[in-house]
Amino acid sequence: MSKSERPNQLFRNLNAKVASIPMVLTALVIFVGGSAWTVLYSFTNSKLLPRLNFVGLDQYYRLWSTPRWLISIENLLVYGVLSLVFSLVIGFMLAALLDQKIRFEDTFRTIFLYPFALSFIVTGLVWQWLLNPEFGIQGVVRGLGWESFNFDPLYNSSIVIYGITIAALWQGTGLIMCLMLAGLRGIDEDIWKAARVDGIPMWKTYLFIIIPMMRPVFVTALVIIAAGIVKVYDLVVAQTSGGPGIASEVPAKYVYDYMFFAQNLGQGFAASTMMLLSVLIVIVPWAYLEFGGRKRV
Amino acid sequence: MSDHAVSLPAGTGSIGLEASGPRGPKPRHVFSRRNIFLYGTLIVVALYYLLPLYVMVVTSLKGMPEIRLGNIFSPPLEITFEPWVKAWSSACTGLNCDGLSRGFWNSVRITVPSVILSIAIASVNGYALANWRFKGADTFFVILIVGAFIPYQVMIYPIVIILREIGLYGSLSGLVIVHSIFGMPILTLLFRNYFSSMPEELFRAARVDGAGFWGIYFRIMLPMSLPIFVVAIIIQVTGIWNDFLFGVVYTRPDTYPMTVQLNNIVNSVQGVKEYNVNMAATILTGLVPLVVYFISGKLFVRGIAAGAVKG
Repeated sequence: MSKSERPNQLFRNLNAKVASIPMVLTALVIFVGGSAWTVLYSFTNSKLLPRLNFVGLDQYYRLWSTPRWLISIENLLVYGVLSLVFSLVIGFMLAALLDQKIRFEDTFRTIFLYPFALSFIVTGLVWQWLLNPEFGIQGVVRGLGWESFNFDPLYNSSIVIYGITIAALWQGTGLIMCLMLAGLRGIDEDIWKAARVDGIPMWKTYLFIIIPMMRPVFVTALVIIAAGIVKVYDLVVAQTSGGPGIASEVPAKYVYDYMFFAQNLGQGFAASTMMLLSVLIVIVPWAYLEFGGRKRV
Repeated sequence: MSDHAVSLPAGTGSIGLEASGPRGPKPRHVFSRRNIFLYGTLIVVALYYLLPLYVMVVTSLKGMPEIRLGNIFSPPLEITFEPWVKAWSSACTGLNCDGLSRGFWNSVRITVPSVILSIAIASVNGYALANWRFKGADTFFVILIVGAFIPYQVMIYPIVIILREIGLYGSLSGLVIVHSIFGMPILTLLFRNYFSSMPEELFRAARVDGAGFWGIYFRIMLPMSLPIFVVAIIIQVTGIWNDFLFGVVYTRPDTYPMTVQLNNIVNSVQGVKEYNVNMAATILTGLVPLVVYFISGKLFVRGIAAGAVKG
């Protein structure tokens, strides 16, 4: 097509611009505008309604001296580290097992991945039932004769977050497995042949050759898991409602409860700004490497 | 598992040292140690993954006396469908006692328009980004993608204000808009990448023939990209059906989607806990995405891979 005639720049390609209006509005109004608005109002003492009555960092001081927030952060760290490590390890191992040219690969993959189709609410409720101390796993094992068996994470405030992690791993590892499997399939068969000719044992090949080659897949998996960790909310609501007491509270729930129940908007905004900050620490370097580091093609 | 030998390519085990020998993969025994370990592990893990589903189904088919006496893994002695009926039509949430059916229809009324609207917007948008680049388009696109990682909690309240201003707060249409907004990054990425991978000549030829923006979209791009539309539908149906946060924030009790209603039924503090009804309700809520998952099969995997791995 010829580019000889160039009328008004603004009306050039008008249809494409019209078609992009929703994207532009979402990007500017919701993502940039909404975030900026929340950050701005986190410096105010808004209670029931948002008001521009600035109080500096007061909300943040209060936030970081509230036990419930500190517990939320601690839980998020434990949950985050555990789910990061275990979903990567389990996901990779399952993918490696499925990559052994086994029979019924599709069946196994379907089974490992189906929990991912379920919502966190459904996941949380099932595991709430399985971990029910009276009727669940603990009850069954005790019924078999082992009377002193103890496994009641959801009713024990010191280990409740592990109970939630178990459910989250059940739901999410299938996705990581799929990513890893795609990554393994992308590795040249010749690499394996070369390693075998050199007599390198299989586990060493995985650890020192294959995994380093799959770095991009691991980075993607890491970003996906990390983004999911910060957002964890419905799972906790369904499984424990933050209990026992406040033992399994998470930041996302803190934000929701302060905004819509405690009618303390300022606290909610400050807490959500902290969440934003933690995500930015992960995302900015990644986005820089992904979009800024090299020229776009 | 299988009664005939699994023949594996030479790549998977030790290799024969002799250079001249029978060609082709070395025949392997079904019960080699490797196979026992491999399939043993996979089967144990598979059972672990299936266990919750099994327990859900089994529990939902028992009566309460049996649940109190027996253990959760034992199959029902007497199969009853009462819990299912109760979960669907008479379980109570607050003052409403018309069961999950209300939430189900709300979810249908939320999911269908949200899926259509979000895919319509994102496909046209992805097409514009792929074929009709204009200055600044990529900037907005990068903001959109990076914005997908912002925790929803940061944007919840501003959206409440916007919806209240335009009078849609608490209504189903408000929630449809919210779902369309938050589905945009992933879907736009999906469509943009798909349209970018289509041959450039196709687009050029259509331009030469005088087709415009919409003409090319409807007559060339749309018919050629049905698979990616199916992938997008799968992502959106499961994602929107499973949503809880937006449902609980942007709707009122009588317009609650199924997930929110389910949580209210199961975690309600009043009354005696009816575990069988709870599990029936849980299965009912999970049924739609599960059916989508089992029907779509490979496309589901492709969908999450497309959503997850950029590229």
